[in-house]
Amino acid sequence: MKLRKLLSLLLAFGVLGPVWGLSVRAQAQERRAGGETLIRNATILTASHGTLQNADILIRNGKIAAVGPNLRAGANVNVVDATGKFVTPGIVDCHSHTMMDAVNEGSLSVTSMVRVRDVLNPTSPNIYRELAGGTTAANILHGSANAIGGQNTVVKLKYGRPVEEFIFPGAPPGIKFALGENPKRSNGFNIPGLPRRYPATRMGVEETIRDAFTRARNYKRQWDDYRAAQARGDRTAIQPRRDLQLEPLVEVLEGKRYVHSHCYRTDEILMLIRIADEFGFKVRTFQHVLEGYKVAKEIAAHGAGASPFADNWGYKLEAYDAIPYNTAIMTRAGIIVSVNSDSDERARRLNLEAAKTMKYGGLSEEEALRTVTLNPAIQLGIDKKVGSIDAGKDADLVIWTAHPFSVYARVEQTYIDGDVFFDRQQDIARRADLAREREQLEKAEANQPPAQGAQPAGAPRIRRPGRAHDDDGDQPQGDNNR
Amino acid sequence: MSTAELRTANRRTGACAFVVAAFLLALVAPSTCAQQASSNMGPDFMDGRPGTYAIRNAHIVTVSGADIDNGTIVIRDGRIQAVGATAAVPAGAQVVEGRGLTVYPGMIDLGTAIGLIEITENGATGWVDTEEVGELNPNSMAWVSINPHSAHIAVTRLNGVTSVLSLPQGGLISGQAAFINLLGSTPQDMALQRTAGLVVNFPQAARGGGGGPFGFFGQPQGNISEAITARDRQVEQLRKLLRDAEAYGRAQDAAAQDRNLPRPDVDVVLASLVPYVRGERPVIFRADRDAEIRGAVRFAEEMKLKPIIIGANDAWKAAAFLKEHNVPVILTGTLDLPSREDDFYDVQYENAAKLQAAGVRFCISSGDTAADVRNLPYHAGMASAFGLPRAEALKAVTLYPAQIIGMGDRLGSIEVGKIANLVLTDGDLLEPRTNIRDLFINGRRVPLVSRHTELYEQFKNRR
Repeated sequence: MKLRKLLSLLLAFGVLGPVWGLSVRAQAQERRAGGETLIRNATILTASHGTLQNADILIRNGKIAAVGPNLRAGANVNVVDATGKFVTPGIVDCHSHTMMDAVNEGSLSVTSMVRVRDVLNPTSPNIYRELAGGTTAANILHGSANAIGGQNTVVKLKYGRPVEEFIFPGAPPGIKFALGENPKRSNGFNIPGLPRRYPATRMGVEETIRDAFTRARNYKRQWDDYRAAQARGDRTAIQPRRDLQLEPLVEVLEGKRYVHSHCYRTDEILMLIRIADEFGFKVRTFQHVLEGYKVAKEIAAHGAGASPFADNWGYKLEAYDAIPYNTAIMTRAGIIVSVNSDSDERARRLNLEAAKTMKYGGLSEEEALRTVTLNPAIQLGIDKKVGSIDAGKDADLVIWTAHPFSVYARVEQTYIDGDVFFDRQQDIARRADLAREREQLEKAEANQPPAQGAQPAGAPRIRRPGRAHDDDGDQPQGDNNR
Repeated sequence: MSTAELRTANRRTGACAFVVAAFLLALVAPSTCAQQASSNMGPDFMDGRPGTYAIRNAHIVTVSGADIDNGTIVIRDGRIQAVGATAAVPAGAQVVEGRGLTVYPGMIDLGTAIGLIEITENGATGWVDTEEVGELNPNSMAWVSINPHSAHIAVTRLNGVTSVLSLPQGGLISGQAAFINLLGSTPQDMALQRTAGLVVNFPQAARGGGGGPFGFFGQPQGNISEAITARDRQVEQLRKLLRDAEAYGRAQDAAAQDRNLPRPDVDVVLASLVPYVRGERPVIFRADRDAEIRGAVRFAEEMKLKPIIIGANDAWKAAAFLKEHNVPVILTGTLDLPSREDDFYDVQYENAAKLQAAGVRFCISSGDTAADVRNLPYHAGMASAFGLPRAEALKAVTLYPAQIIGMGDRLGSIEVGKIANLVLTDGDLLEPRTNIRDLFINGRRVPLVSRHTELYEQFKNRR
């Protein structure tokens, strides 16, 4: 009898399961068959060249083929009527810990050898929730426990695809640094009876980074000498032993790897600029950088980008001087500024976070939109492909029911490379089926309380509790490493 | 925290002096900063007798009744004296030109800890007063520890939130919440109700597992029947204490009426519970899951309490039940991630709309302790994007919270006789692009200055 129940359950699964992916799959097939999509008659916020009224976007082979009024398309075209709707580029989140099975390799102060790429989980439901908020790409960063953390990965949020398809093709590699309270382990990480991890002060953080780059410079010289000897035909030269910790730092010295540094206070921002100048590399982005407004001219002179929150503050001591005008002041100083989430929750509404930069400091609509589209794309070195609605770029697009800076706006559809990865109408349409499936599953013997049925097999645990974000304020599900 | 930082943080105490100085400066040589301050300054700010004001030619969203286009509001002695299309402006009133602006009642957030916390636990515990030691702390009262000079107060009101409920946390009975206006030099100036509600964390059968606070300390799930036993034990603990309080109250009353009876010793814990066990003041149960929501309501009925549910992420599942039992709900999780992997993506966004459709009394809170309370309007706005009618979304952060906390006759709408907590905006109050142009709390005109505007002015032109 048990077997029969199980069988009927499997049957139900077999019938209902495919409904989920059917339309998305059909669409992908259509595209591979050379189909085109025409988004018609929308208000288009391009993020690069203003707002177009009653305009169209033609998508072909996953790219934006054309943008403008009254576009014509082939016979096979799939027309999406966007009358009364708004279209923006897909949102790019410059600071995320989404889909990570682990955030911090917190055992050492320099962990440049570890890679976020190795812990990406493409089945996290938060990816889908972020797509439903218009986010299409994210900079997945190591946590901030270490002065020099692990290597980050830029992804497209292609929920439902294998993890390989998430990796943003051609995105320059990067690495996470962290300054201040987190790498010095200020907040509750010191276990009584165990020695404290070095460093424990901002002085020690500076020394840790300086020491690492000094070693990296020596290591680079060993290799440079070795290669020079080889080039001379010197057969006696011995190849240096590979050092996986120092290799990424050599790439930083050579300008081949971006530095994304978590920071808060004036002194530590200036400290890292001095070290970078001394060792001859550039900081690509200062992340959080909540006191960036106090040293905007120094950041601008160094040529770094900045990626703060829109208005989070006061969630720890070093965030007490944070102000929501930060983005505006830094933008006015000539810095490329993006507004990030650092939270799977906020990554669902970065459009509203961007809108706040108009209120606080008076950015223009396009400047505000760029903080979550073009600017993060520039900071991540992917702006040739995404970040604005221009012909030739990837068709990463969001269709909204109202102006995306309106709190009343909802995402209707989210496209990545021309494929639909979120569709609200489809989502709603399949809810009845899912509810039936759930009902079936709940009736299954394995899911009955012990008194009536078999001993429960033990539900699988959620794999990533409390890993939604790394540097956020006081959300209950936060891990303590913000 | 350095003395210098403390001084900066407490600068708001001197905000009045700062504004007066800025105003005088403005008379001589107007600067942007001084203009901003002077245009919003009332001589009555913080202390002294509140002035008389007439806001004219403004669009008035009364919330309780129809909107008034091009109307007038007269404010006197801290109250709304008149409101209408043609209200007479009394002699001597300061005229506030409202052309192009919209007047709303100030927003109310019933889920905060403003005044009890400056910087969250990380690094500044000296400035955290949210949570007492122990399980049963009914006599710990939030209003006692409200820091009237917290930087959060000005930051929050500058986005149109003018009153909040500040709740203690932790334990089984956390303490008593204070309902405060976000203006005043002392806790008693601010308090609208010193003891507005008893905060109870309704016990839940928690099996553990799934991670704990640090994720990497993940514990295996415990036995469900043990968890249920532990939950029941806690409920019994609660029941016993409340019954003791009831008996204590009866004994005190009896002794007061009959001198022959022995008078029981005063017990501060039991005494603090008497108004709650008699249903005179609300008991605010923190409960998120369906089981705890229903459990709290049934417990309250058994004990004849006056319950409010706060949190209530699963309230949509219990909507009919909540309606049937007429229990109001403070929703704090509109912007929370769904708690289950198989929840629909918008399950929390839609929670309010489902309660409204079912006729449940509810309001929307930011659910934040302090720093993000100013974003309350966007929680309501998001609920509206997902089905809550716009007028209801506005009520959910104005009139409904006032009614739920028993202040519906004094706050939450623009009506004659109500406390003059008013916000003047250049657009829809719930939209993130909207700016607050003028602000009245308790009928006092509040300068649009906060720690954030001060730091902005200090650094915006550093070249």
